[in-house]
Parts: sequence; C-alpha cells; structure tokens
Amino acid sequence: MILIDCPNCGERNVAEFRFGGEYNPRPQNPDDPASDAAWVDYLYLKENKLGVQKEWWYHRAGCGLWFLAERHTKSHAVEKTYFWEAAK
Amino acid sequence: MSLKLLKQGLNGSKSLTPMWREQPIKDRYDVVIIGGGVHGLATAYYLAKNHGITDVAILEKRYIGRGGSGRNTTIVRSNYLTPEGILFYDESLKLYEDLSQDFDFNIMFSQRGHLTLAHTDASLRTMRWRAEVNQLQGVDSRVISPDEIKELVPFMDLSDHPRFPVMGALYHPPGGVVRHDAVVWGYAHGADKRGVHIHQLTEVTGIDVEQNKVVAVQTNRGRIKTGTVVNATAGWCTLIADMAGVKLPVETRPLQAAVSEPLKPFLDTVIVSGTLHFYLSQSDRGEIVTGASVDPYTSYSMDATLGFAEGLAGHILELFPSLGKVRLMRQWAGLCDMTPDYSPIMGFTPVEGFLVDVGWGTYGFKTGPVSGKRMAELIATNRTPDLIAPFKYDRFFEGRLVGEKGAASVGR
Repeated sequence: MILIDCPNCGERNVAEFRFGGEYNPRPQNPDDPASDAAWVDYLYLKENKLGVQKEWWYHRAGCGLWFLAERHTKSHAVEKTYFWEAAK
Repeated sequence: MSLKLLKQGLNGSKSLTPMWREQPIKDRYDVVIIGGGVHGLATAYYLAKNHGITDVAILEKRYIGRGGSGRNTTIVRSNYLTPEGILFYDESLKLYEDLSQDFDFNIMFSQRGHLTLAHTDASLRTMRWRAEVNQLQGVDSRVISPDEIKELVPFMDLSDHPRFPVMGALYHPPGGVVRHDAVVWGYAHGADKRGVHIHQLTEVTGIDVEQNKVVAVQTNRGRIKTGTVVNATAGWCTLIADMAGVKLPVETRPLQAAVSEPLKPFLDTVIVSGTLHFYLSQSDRGEIVTGASVDPYTSYSMDATLGFAEGLAGHILELFPSLGKVRLMRQWAGLCDMTPDYSPIMGFTPVEGFLVDVGWGTYGFKTGPVSGKRMAELIATNRTPDLIAPFKYDRFFEGRLVGEKGAASVGR
C-alpha cells in the first residue's frame, strides 16, 4: 500500500487521492505561434521517468487540495510532498 | 500429432528440437529490433517471410514473451469505435484466424464470442453506436438483449439484484482467446527458420545517433552497427526512445490480472464490463482468467496489489455470485504504455532510422500480427502503409489524435 503525506491532512492511504500526472509547467505565451511546439510538449509529451518523479496529487476524500509529490515510480516511496506555492 | 507426443513421452523427449536457436551475435545487422515480444517477433517474421529481409536481430533484455506478450489476458477482438481502429484491429483478427496454418503450429485460437455488457442507458447508446460503425466496416457485431445474453451465459445474474443490472450487450461473435505463449513461439520459430537471429539476455544500453541518423546500438554484449532500429518494447519504450533522443507521449501504468483455480467448463464466451471494470474468460484448463483497469497512477512496478484483487473480486461477484467460494491462484501485473488517444504510435520518428511500434496500452497482444506485418512493410518499402498512417508519431504535432474510446481497461 502506498501512503501519501498530504501537506494539509498528513499520511493517508493512496485510495483517498487522485493522481494528476507528472509536473510540467504550462507555457507562458499562449498567443505566440512560435510556442506551438512548447504546447505539444506540455499537452502530450511525457518524461515518464523511471525514478523519482515530481507529480500532481489531489486529496479527493480529504481536504480537496492539489499538491505536488516526489515519488519513485518503481518502489513507490514518496520522498516529499508540498504545495505548489512552496515549490516556487 | 498425438502419436508423435506419445512417442516423445516414451523416449524421454530426446528427439525434440528447439523452436529457435541461440546464434552467435554479429557486429552488424540490416535491421535491429529491440524487444522480443509478439510485436518484435512478428515484425521480424514478416520481414523475412513477406519481404525476404533476413539480416535481422531481435534483442531481448530477458527472454522472449516475458513482457506484455506473456502477461495479457489473451483476448482478441475488432469491435472498436473509430473507423481507422476497426480496420486495423480487424486485419489482425483475420491474421490470427490463419496463424495456426501459417505456423503449422496450433495457437489454439478459440473464436468463442465476445460480450461487452451495458449497465446504463448511456453505455447501451454507445454500444449501438459501436455496432453501427462496426457493421459499416464489415465486422460482425450487434447489440443483444438480456434474454439473448441468458442463452449465451446462463450463469450470469441478469436479474435486477446487482447494483448495476445488465441492460444489454454488444455481441461480437468472432472475438475470442488465443494461447499467447504459442503465438510468441510460433513467430520465434518462423523467424528463426528464415534466418533471423534472436538474442535473449541482450540488453540495449544506448543508441548511437550521428547527424540525426541511427548508426549503431550499444548492448551488454557489445556494439552492433545498423541503420534501422525498431523500438518494439512495452513498458520501457520511453527509456529506449530517450536513448535516441525522441520524446514520446506515453505514460507507463501497470495493468493487473489474475487467474482462479481450475473449474469445470461453465463459460464459453468472453465477458467484459466497462462499468464494473472487469473482463473474464475461462481458459482451456478451466481457470477463470480475469483483469480490470490500469492502476490509477503511473508506475514501472510489476507488483500485484491487494486493493486490486479485492475490487476485482467484488465486481465479478456482482454478476457471478456463484463464484463466491472460488479461490484466486495467481495475480500479476504487466506494464502498459498509455497514449493520450488510446491508440498506438507506429512508424517514423524525427530521428532517421529510429522506428517505433509503441504505445500499445491495453491492446498490444490482439494487434501483434497486423503490427508486425505492417511495420515490416514500412521497413521494406520505406513508406508508411495507409492502414497505420493514422497512428504516426507526427499526429501529436499536427493535432490529429485518433480518440479510440473502444479501448479496454482505460477506466473511463
């Protein structure tokens, strides 16, 4: 069983959460046609890392907040969790 | 056949010959295929058989058929939703029908019929839609009522007792199950016989690209020069593509499956429920072979989880309460490469000579033959066959996604 440490509620079973995909910052210039490739990258392409991955989680059966986690994609060890504001 | 078996049994199987040979590894090949599963082996088989290209090596990290080819639940069907998907999957089904003859080896294809259950008005509507699109493409597929389902599957609870009663089903008579290991062995045997080299325990550690062109692959057994590399891996396709510098729209998720203890024959169709998230069939040995949705988060782990077994059992018992005392014997997971539009990625990439046959999500086994045949055609002719053109890598850059909502186990 994976335990995820919600930065608001503490450690809970993974069943309480929804996985939100790997972290990938949104391109900042939506109207610039030159940014098309960046948008394809943002929307579709994935790092799909084997190792520690920075990813989104949503605590749907708890506080209802989105946060970031650093999880190993094979051992499932969750190394760190924090709110997006803290990542900046 | 049976007399031959008896003789082998009495002489200690001394006169049996291996289905494929260990060959010395060469330092260059015309074509190098990474991944010794159904897709890689079929590509090599059709390259040799249809196009006379035999200077081909298959590099397999472990042993052939150890990945998705040996972990799937062996279901074959072609009642998909998009016209491009149906044409593609139907060619695969037709190839499967002739494969035993082609190999001169029984792959035990049992076209027992495939039922996708509808538990809501909305899914019944989707079934009608799918049936119409299927029929337009010449695929035998129709919506049937609970009365007709009762005839086919008398053991299933079709009353209003389950939480989601069965309202109808999409019936696809040519769908069925195949012995997956036999398909792997058949392709390996046919490829080996025609001169293809199958190298097991050979792991690719790098791909050498010069001036945007593949020149060689690095392996744990040395460097192999080649101008054409096919990435036919599942689960690890991102890591192989990284070596060539190609970024894929793929997320790897485990898909779990399980088998029960053997029972007397009671089920001679394949049952799928999208609403309850399970599919099951009974194998020739009497085991119930069953699976569900991909795990709800990305992972490269092939561990089985208790949460999955509990959820799956609960859902099956909704419709098959008589299985309550049956024990699960084994549970395992395979890795699925999920793409955003539930369709594969096949053909050329921005790196010359680096071809992909990846992104097979939950539909890789049923498409092994057609993918092998068409990838071989692509390699031999150096152009993309029309049938697989919708699945090209560039579609993500052109905004032409396929949107195959008829795919299984994607937990919609």
